[in-house]
Amino acid sequence: MARRRSQARLREGRPDVIAEFGAFALVLGLVMSLAQAGLSAAGRITRSRPLAGAGEGAALAAFLGVALAFAALMHGFVTSDFSISNVAANSHSEKPLLYRVAGTWGSHEGSMLLWCLALTGYGAVMVVFGAGLSARLRASAVAVQGALGSVFLAYTVFASNPLVRLADPPVEGRSLNPLLQDPALAIHPPFLYAGYVGMSVVFSLGAAALIEGRIDAAWARWVRPWTLTAWSFLTVGITLGAFWAYYELGWGGWWFWDPVENASFMPWLVATALLHSAVVTEKRGALAGWTVFLALSAFSFSMLGAFLVRSGVLTSVHAFAVDPTRGVLLLSILGAASGSGFALFAWRAPALKPGGAFAPISRESALVLNNILLSAATTTVLLGTLYPLIREAIGGQAISVGPPYFNLTFTPLMAALLVLLPAGPLLAWKRGDAAGVAQRLGLAALIALAAGFLTFALASPRHAFGAAGVGLGVWLIVGAGVEIAERTHAFRGPAAETWRRMSGLPRGAWGMTLAHAGLGVFLLGACFETTWKVEAAETLAIGKSLDAGAYHLVLESVAPADGPNYEAERGRIRATRDGALVCEAAPERRTYSAGGQTTSEVAICQRGPSHLYIVLGERRGTPAAPVWLVRAYWNPWASLIFLGPMIMALGGAVSLSDRRLRLGVARRRQAKAEPRPAPAPELAARTAEGEG
Amino acid sequence: MRGRALLAAALGALCLAAASDPAERLKDPAQEAQARAIFREVRCLVCQNESIDDSEAELAQDLRRIVREQVAQGRSEGEIKRFLTARYGEFVLLRPTMSVGNAALWGAPVLVVVAGLLLWRLRLRNREPDVELSEAEGAMLDELADNNSAKAEAPEIGR
Repeated sequence: MARRRSQARLREGRPDVIAEFGAFALVLGLVMSLAQAGLSAAGRITRSRPLAGAGEGAALAAFLGVALAFAALMHGFVTSDFSISNVAANSHSEKPLLYRVAGTWGSHEGSMLLWCLALTGYGAVMVVFGAGLSARLRASAVAVQGALGSVFLAYTVFASNPLVRLADPPVEGRSLNPLLQDPALAIHPPFLYAGYVGMSVVFSLGAAALIEGRIDAAWARWVRPWTLTAWSFLTVGITLGAFWAYYELGWGGWWFWDPVENASFMPWLVATALLHSAVVTEKRGALAGWTVFLALSAFSFSMLGAFLVRSGVLTSVHAFAVDPTRGVLLLSILGAASGSGFALFAWRAPALKPGGAFAPISRESALVLNNILLSAATTTVLLGTLYPLIREAIGGQAISVGPPYFNLTFTPLMAALLVLLPAGPLLAWKRGDAAGVAQRLGLAALIALAAGFLTFALASPRHAFGAAGVGLGVWLIVGAGVEIAERTHAFRGPAAETWRRMSGLPRGAWGMTLAHAGLGVFLLGACFETTWKVEAAETLAIGKSLDAGAYHLVLESVAPADGPNYEAERGRIRATRDGALVCEAAPERRTYSAGGQTTSEVAICQRGPSHLYIVLGERRGTPAAPVWLVRAYWNPWASLIFLGPMIMALGGAVSLSDRRLRLGVARRRQAKAEPRPAPAPELAARTAEGEG
Repeated sequence: MRGRALLAAALGALCLAAASDPAERLKDPAQEAQARAIFREVRCLVCQNESIDDSEAELAQDLRRIVREQVAQGRSEGEIKRFLTARYGEFVLLRPTMSVGNAALWGAPVLVVVAGLLLWRLRLRNREPDVELSEAEGAMLDELADNNSAKAEAPEIGR
């Protein structure tokens, strides 16, 4: 068999052993992960620094091994080496380079390898930047991370190895789905995975803190940058996915409450809750148990997502096609990893200190409310995703849970959260001043109400919910502005003073403001787009027209426009408004020769923040007098739907650049090793008030 | 392999908002709007999580025709949904019914909010003397924080 294999490769003139080398590196990665878990645990138990250090070395080696395996697989895809079964099944030599590269993570096996790459990569980063943690906590955390890495690597090596050779390599690969040949889709998995798997560090830190029996402010301060990193990546990944759906699926929808979308959304919601509860633990030493619970939950939801997407238990357009055995294995991994995490929690949490007391009106209470509402929202998404399965398992009754359910449950919970949001950052710790906050937000409330009523009066058709949503969006944006104005004493003192305060404001504060304002921007876009979108569809002969809102569209011509692996018709559509040219759109309808599938390449004319979205549909009529189905959508403010989350992710990045949250800070301080004067009392007080 | 083929078929059937097809449309715009609203709550039974508003599948087309006919006859949304449920079971509804079997589905979010609020109240009653950070913890935080005194050493950061 080995001879036949090498003969096959010789026939192609490519006798390389890169895939074998990659497979070996992958096994090496597994062995090193096991060593990481074992040595670090031993180092922790015997309190031996050399052993713990060896565990950290193994963590770096594990990452190196997996990175080499990943590079080997990518090499296989780029060079179209169809003797590798994964490449043969998921690539095609006619595919452009970008999609051959993206093919590396386009399949079940490849994406599991990407998952392992992220898992060991985070482990390595944890080792490199983790010098500020206490030696014991660090050894425990590295051990837990190693255990997670071992489990997932074992799964990849034994049940889902992408680097397996075919005895009889095909001449040509079986192409990746054409719908998936798209830049946003090609690059969104790395972001998603960096997000999903980033939660593993938080999980490891949480489990380690429980093992050590100590959850304090320093621990919470360590958890935040990791959560922020993962959350920011996840935000970008989800947004890219939504953007892809928006322009590729061809009807302008961007969120479908599809199980796979939900699978990525649940870790995001939990991470958002965790970001907020960790603040309370850090600043006030309170909610420690709840924070560590969320830390364990975030990665559990990531793993649940991985299971849902790959097991085939849920039908979804995004799901990988797989066999049930793998689903069972993944479910076991999920059960073992989260099960032991939560068992540890049940055992250790009761011993945790409750932390400082606080009043019903206080920053703590505001953050607790945030967490209650986010938890309830996560529950709706979880139940909405799994309930059909549960019902079918217990009663045999098949039901569906679709967007109408989420509109009735998730949306009101979020609305309540968003109404309360701007007040939170203005409240003081321990005991807040409700009247003072109300006074400071009075103007913002007036502006928001005015915006809502104005929208209600002017936008046609009239829509109360849409207008309320717009008011809420404005409320968030202005509320975020008020928060910064309050901190900098804007409009209350001399401009120079405001400027001085503004430049002295910690980046964490700017990050929070950006994230909250970004949520408002998203809400504005989402409300406008869903409420006041205009749809038009007609079958048009050449020279005929249709109207979408204020826009007049003329189908000028349709011509063939074949690409490398597809045949296509390209329309030329002239869009005018009041006689003035708006844009010349060129939507396409493509048929892929390899799979026989048809896709539409929509044309989007950007008009300020809004989109004129044009789709060329199927050809009808007779060959002598053909007509084409043309659809056009006026999507008001649609850009904001994608801009808002990007602003939120930017807020995460800005926060992350805050020197107090920076991962390497403690290490560099140690390197400097100079005695530091105690902070002056006044400055220390400012730090304490500085951040929310 | 079969899975892949199914996936491919599903994706192929997913390309357009099928319901806006002018060939199917009702003459009366109000009735058409009512029909479209119903479409969004009815599942395309052979598709992956799509409403019949979105799906190009033949079955979805048939269901749209049925719903449009009934809307044109002046039937109400409730009557049409009951008709569809009697024919295809609850599976056809994208909005699950408020029934005993679905009590957990509709009730759990409320339950979480109520439980959360109760726990919050319990926590508020916690009248323990305020736990301040211990000296060691404070020192550790300072070390981690690299706070304002360090800012004075490195004024270029944060500007």
